[in-house]
Amino acid sequence: MVDIGKGAGDAGSSDDLPLVVLESVNKHFGELHVLKDIDLSVNRGEVVVIIGPSGGGKSTLCRSINRLEPIDGGTIRIDGKKLPEEGRDLARLRADVGMVFQSFNLFAHKTILENVTLGPMKVRKVGKAEAEKHAMELLERVGIGTQAGKYPAQLSGGQQQRAAIARALAMRPKVMLFDEPTSALDPEMVKEVLDVMTDLAQEGMTMIVVTHEMGFARRAAQKVVFMADGQIVEESTPDEFFTNARTDRAKDFLSKILTH
Amino acid sequence: MNWDVLLDFSPFSKNWDAVLQSFWATIKLSLMTGILSLALGTLLVSMRVSPTPVLRAFGTFYVNTFRNTPLTLILLFASFGVGDTLGLNKVLNTYWLAVFGMSAYTAAFVCEALRSGINTVPLGQAEAARAIGLTFTQSLRMIILPQAFRSSVAPLGSVLIAMMKNTTVALVAGYVEMAAQMKQMFEEDGATLPIFLGFAVGFMVLTLPSGLLVSWLSKRLAVAR
Ligand SMILES: Nc1ncnc2c1ncn2[C@@H]1O[C@H](COP(=O)(O)OP(=O)(O)O)[C@@H](O)[C@H]1O
Ligand SMILES: [Mg+2]
Repeated sequence: MVDIGKGAGDAGSSDDLPLVVLESVNKHFGELHVLKDIDLSVNRGEVVVIIGPSGGGKSTLCRSINRLEPIDGGTIRIDGKKLPEEGRDLARLRADVGMVFQSFNLFAHKTILENVTLGPMKVRKVGKAEAEKHAMELLERVGIGTQAGKYPAQLSGGQQQRAAIARALAMRPKVMLFDEPTSALDPEMVKEVLDVMTDLAQEGMTMIVVTHEMGFARRAAQKVVFMADGQIVEESTPDEFFTNARTDRAKDFLSKILTH
Repeated sequence: MNWDVLLDFSPFSKNWDAVLQSFWATIKLSLMTGILSLALGTLLVSMRVSPTPVLRAFGTFYVNTFRNTPLTLILLFASFGVGDTLGLNKVLNTYWLAVFGMSAYTAAFVCEALRSGINTVPLGQAEAARAIGLTFTQSLRMIILPQAFRSSVAPLGSVLIAMMKNTTVALVAGYVEMAAQMKQMFEEDGATLPIFLGFAVGFMVLTLPSGLLVSWLSKRLAVAR
């Protein structure tokens, strides 16, 4: 995408601009070049699935979008704004980007309800009553309203992950990032989490999802990005990708996951 | 040989007021040192895990210095260096000089006990906290430290109980607590077993219940994962 001489800095939010734009993003861990000239843009309401072999840089890409990992080159814009460096502005940006981790990462000393209300109350300065009302709506929506008073360790993996999704949604984020949200789950719990994510996609949430769940990709995603060795190797629609991958790298990868 | 001294507790009845006063002095010193060293130790550990290199370096320097210096030296310095040389003994009595010396020392150990507690909190929770937009300080205060405190109750307890026993060193700073009182009675009535036992029991009255409280708290407050 070419930047046609807009004023420097904030382009403001506009509905036709893509919501998330990465331009020649590079990232090293020491000598290791983990993200190589990544260009990616995600439109409002779009669901993008990132797929690829382990160690290919998918998590790093996801984490760089809310700057849990700083990048060494290129730009990342969210809703027209460049990612701030550090401090309050960065915290504000992160509040707009929901993130769901493979290992749930719920706050172990807080109840499920407190997990969900903490961000809105402390970051968005929402009142307690209002935060709790919204949290309960979200917990009902992900199907764990009855678990609100429990601690994370008392919930199953699937319930914990749904709580983590509710916690991220409570911030009313513009975009949601999912890093292998079902990889740590027992098989029987994968569906309950994917169902929640599919609903979310259908309601128009912008989502970037690292996952190997083909069913989800076909059902919910508009775009599949195949990533290997720090590069975007292929970008296409789910149908095209799963039935008719163009590159050998992708075909090879698909043959491996399909035999499982 | 006069075996009666083995059973002679009369020095206590003779000096009862002074003994009680010294017992109370030990409690006062322990309580204030406990509060200040917990506060300073928390501040130090926040520095040690902060993203700012200067703060981290300062925290490390402080801990290494105070952990590796004998408490007696620190208290002598508090008393003579800070008290006499700097002339602060006009505003700070021996109690406060002892409290500051003891707290400066104990805080280093509190910091390290808390740091071991911080290490038990999964890194992912700190990332999740950042991901919902909490600042470093907020996530330390609301997510990391509460769990670190709860999982380091046992080592913190050991530090604080050791601190109570360490208050006996405060006599070198001229503060009259139980050890100073015992020394004085030794000098007046001879160093007898009853006097020693009396003061030893005085300490156990403080330390044993504290130990029980610590193990009860550490079970009660453990965070399920
Ligand atoms: N914090 C880190 N420090 C050093 N190397 C890292 C770090 N995180 C990831 N890596 C390396 O970067 C590469 C990409 O990792 P990652 O983004 O986790 O890949 P993926 O999610 O696709 O499996 C891997 O080789 C991994 O070992
Ligand atoms: Mg990964």
